[in-house]
Amino acid sequence: MDEPLDGAHELMLDGNAAAGILYEIFGQEMTAGPIECGGCGREGELGSLLAFAPAPGFVLRCPACEQVILRIVQTPDHVYLDARGAVYLRFVRQAA
Amino acid sequence: MLNRTLEWQIATVAAIRTETARTKTFTLSLPAWVRHLPGQHYDLRLTAPDDYQAQRSYSIASEPEREGEIDLTVESLPGGEVSGYLHDVLVPGDRLEVRGPIGGYFVWEVSRGGPLLLVAGGSGVVPLMSMLRHRRAVGSSVPARLLYSSRTPEDVIYADELKSLQEGGDGLEVIHTFTRSQPAGWTGYARRIDPDMLKEIYRPLGGKTQVFICGPTLLVEAAADGLVAAGLAPERIKTERFGPSGGSV
Repeated sequence: MDEPLDGAHELMLDGNAAAGILYEIFGQEMTAGPIECGGCGREGELGSLLAFAPAPGFVLRCPACEQVILRIVQTPDHVYLDARGAVYLRFVRQAA
Repeated sequence: MLNRTLEWQIATVAAIRTETARTKTFTLSLPAWVRHLPGQHYDLRLTAPDDYQAQRSYSIASEPEREGEIDLTVESLPGGEVSGYLHDVLVPGDRLEVRGPIGGYFVWEVSRGGPLLLVAGGSGVVPLMSMLRHRRAVGSSVPARLLYSSRTPEDVIYADELKSLQEGGDGLEVIHTFTRSQPAGWTGYARRIDPDMLKEIYRPLGGKTQVFICGPTLLVEAAADGLVAAGLAPERIKTERFGPSGGSV
């Protein structure tokens, strides 16, 4: 999955494009919250990541080192979230 | 807002307005309208009789001060599955499945202050227009500049409204660049956005400027790189690139 990005830029979006699916997963707006890249340590808002959205999912990469940070795949019944590329992801606690 | 469930609702098409040869604005009445932040988008979902679904995101063009309805301005793309349907088939009174508003990153409202530099390529002006309409609606005089790149003058979306917003005398300046053909006697920019142009436009606003860039990927990258080269901190620059699929997000 870490193939070079040459030629892929035409298909590139920003993390904001994943706001809908992230809202589905976490139940709140996520793109203004910070995430740290496991590759280079860059911390920035989720919305600032590079997004690639070939159906059926999203791949979010670090804009500094281009490492894959999150992968999201949707099937008719499930969502797969692979967050191996992130050190952490911070979001607001919801009141019980 | 944080705890709001993001649910699909059935919007009714209240009006359709032709903006340019390739763009139309769809006014949607929403039974469960929620105040949006300028820059946010809605997801729109079409379902075929055989249950095949196509989903796209479209930026909100209207200001949040307008209650109960939203405007989505959509460019018709060649072979665009969803944009083609919206442009060629949809009529007022039709219903559409939408959910939103979505997104908390590429957003601005007056309370976040300025100065504001907005950079648009083509229909990338749509979310930025929501910001400018909001700015006007609340009577703000935050210094703002819009640099708007279009191929020809006929391709400018909201041309008349941008002119009147600028003439409002509240600190908004609209700067056009036309990359293919220019009006007779045009003395303004007639080239793609480049570092020199960005420097000229950004400099009077200063280092505290907040920047929002929306358009095709190449324009977004050129503008972001040019502004960083001009000395602006990357954290002050927010971008939204167009998808290849017809969505404006």
